[in-house]
Amino acid sequence: MAMADRILTGQHFMNGDEAIAEGAIAAGCSVFAGYPITPQSEIAERISYRLPQVGGVFIQMEDEISSMAAVLGAAWGGAKAMTATSGPGFSLMMENIGLGMMTETPCVVVNVQRGGPSTGLPTLVGQADMMQARWGSHGDYGVIALCPSSPQEAFRLTVRAFNLAEQYRLPVFVMSDEVVGHMYERVVIDPETIELVERRRPSQPPGEFRLFEPGDDLVPQGMPAFGDGYRVHVTGLTHDERGYPVIDAETQQRTVTRLTEKITRNASRIAETEESGLDDAEVVIVCYGISARSSLGALHLAKAKGLKVGLLRLVTVWPFPDDRLRAVADRVAGFVVPELNLGQMAREVERAVCGTTIVRSVPHAGGAIHEPAAILRAVEEVLAHAA
Amino acid sequence: MQRRSSQAVAPELVEHQTHPMRRFLRTDRLPHIWCAGCGLGTSLSCFTYALDELELTELDVAVVSGIGCTGRAAGYLNLDSYHTTHGRAIPFATGLTVVHPDKKVVVFSGDGDLFAIGGNHFIHAARRNVDLTVLCVNNFNYGMTGGQFGPTTPIGARGTTAPYGNYENPFNLPYLAASSGAVYVARWTSLHARRLKEAMVEAIMRPGFTFVEVVAPCPTNYGRRNRIGDGLDELRSYAERSEILHGADPKAADLAPTGPIVVGTFVDKVRPTFLETYEEQIVKPNRFAGIH
Repeated sequence: MAMADRILTGQHFMNGDEAIAEGAIAAGCSVFAGYPITPQSEIAERISYRLPQVGGVFIQMEDEISSMAAVLGAAWGGAKAMTATSGPGFSLMMENIGLGMMTETPCVVVNVQRGGPSTGLPTLVGQADMMQARWGSHGDYGVIALCPSSPQEAFRLTVRAFNLAEQYRLPVFVMSDEVVGHMYERVVIDPETIELVERRRPSQPPGEFRLFEPGDDLVPQGMPAFGDGYRVHVTGLTHDERGYPVIDAETQQRTVTRLTEKITRNASRIAETEESGLDDAEVVIVCYGISARSSLGALHLAKAKGLKVGLLRLVTVWPFPDDRLRAVADRVAGFVVPELNLGQMAREVERAVCGTTIVRSVPHAGGAIHEPAAILRAVEEVLAHAA
Repeated sequence: MQRRSSQAVAPELVEHQTHPMRRFLRTDRLPHIWCAGCGLGTSLSCFTYALDELELTELDVAVVSGIGCTGRAAGYLNLDSYHTTHGRAIPFATGLTVVHPDKKVVVFSGDGDLFAIGGNHFIHAARRNVDLTVLCVNNFNYGMTGGQFGPTTPIGARGTTAPYGNYENPFNLPYLAASSGAVYVARWTSLHARRLKEAMVEAIMRPGFTFVEVVAPCPTNYGRRNRIGDGLDELRSYAERSEILHGADPKAADLAPTGPIVVGTFVDKVRPTFLETYEEQIVKPNRFAGIH
């Protein structure tokens, strides 16, 4: 099916979950494997309706463990594949997310965050899986995570997640949340503006090709699909460039370092922030996802009071844009970091700016979103402290 | 799927310096890690003869393994081979097969991997009748981790975590497979090389979820700890206990520490596969283009 025929074009009123499903279809996703969980169910429901229309397959697996495994299998089959879940399912997926990281398998994992830990608040919002996205599976590896703050952006970032997955060869996270997932807004889809990254196939014939030979960007150069004749061996064991297991410290050092550095060294190409009012800001609100919407409210309140406040929204949360934060830190009195957790990304801001300015966390355990006034109070406290 | 006359390819004593099926092996990865007397070499060898008989190549067939001694099988096969996480070979293979309905995907793994940590995936793939062949080498224990008891260890048998003998009821694998919906179910021991190869050929040929259990010796752990002797002794004891009974009710195929081992083909039937049902129920009535 031609790309334009797949894509739902025009102007629509849809929620963030549905926008993710449509983004996946637009990106060329042809396999979705998932397990029902609130509040992501609208993604699975929408895509179970849409995939058969475009020649794809929806599989409702027996759990999130198998969902993630099936996504990896489909990816090695040559497909663009995705799963979507929420906190408890994200925990179960961690094992095979690790396999995906180790085997450098392109795919997309959506987490529509709800309140945790454990079953927590199944129907209410949270943003407390941010560190789980970074460190959730055992071992060291680099990650990419995107945080939409509207249905329109949920669509765009899902497409971008598929593109980043192909470009950097790893499972890419879309870290949405319950409010963005269930929020209905206008979503405008114009196929002309959608650019897709397709899978890099090997440029060498079988025999000369090495499955995990990295290029200058540290990313393996090509990925054959099952049946292409390359006789690939893909293992979660530490492996050499051929993909063969090598159980020693030297190979471990080389492999794990590259898995991490292929993201950190390309961070400037991956990182995306949205900034406003930074030029003369005395305090900058650092925010992401739904908390960025509350922060906008705080920004308006602050402006009405004549306060010089800027906004730095993390569109990509991982890799964390250290350089950007440091550059801004030099000229502001402080950062305010509202998030629906008890200060996960605030710690990253603290780490990045390393004591050069005040970092004020605005924690919220989830179940609701911040009152803009609470964020404003934090802004005023930072200003008072700096004065 | 066509098969060649089996006469030309039946395993036989050969004087070659190299394995006649070496084209299916990653010879640059040999020697393998398996112990002398282990049933895995024979099982893998039978599999390569089955591929040969079916004239399958790296363009037609992939192998997916989980973790454990049998889990290493994927790494020795010169095919697209995927060594996944513990217990997850079947769901990984499910993803692989749905995007290649025209090709064959074989899961080659062990009893602990497939039936303890992976048990849920097994029953659901069988229920869906996903087009997969699952080959389970059952050595009655967790060999790679040192001989702990597992989901197939007979009551009374010893393992490193069953120092007084196992007191958990084991799975009867053919019964589990049959009742979960597998369309082909067979059991052989690794001494029944020709029949085992034949069962693998049949299982791979049949569309849908097919299952072959291979009862195999683990002399280093299971055999030694249960005073069965070395690999040959263990193999001999399984062979002597075997009773070939095609069409037997799998319910009656329980394995005790001693007593008969019922082998043969238990189930061989036709049922629409996962993707065939998808085609009939979803694609055709809605006039969709189908998987592509």
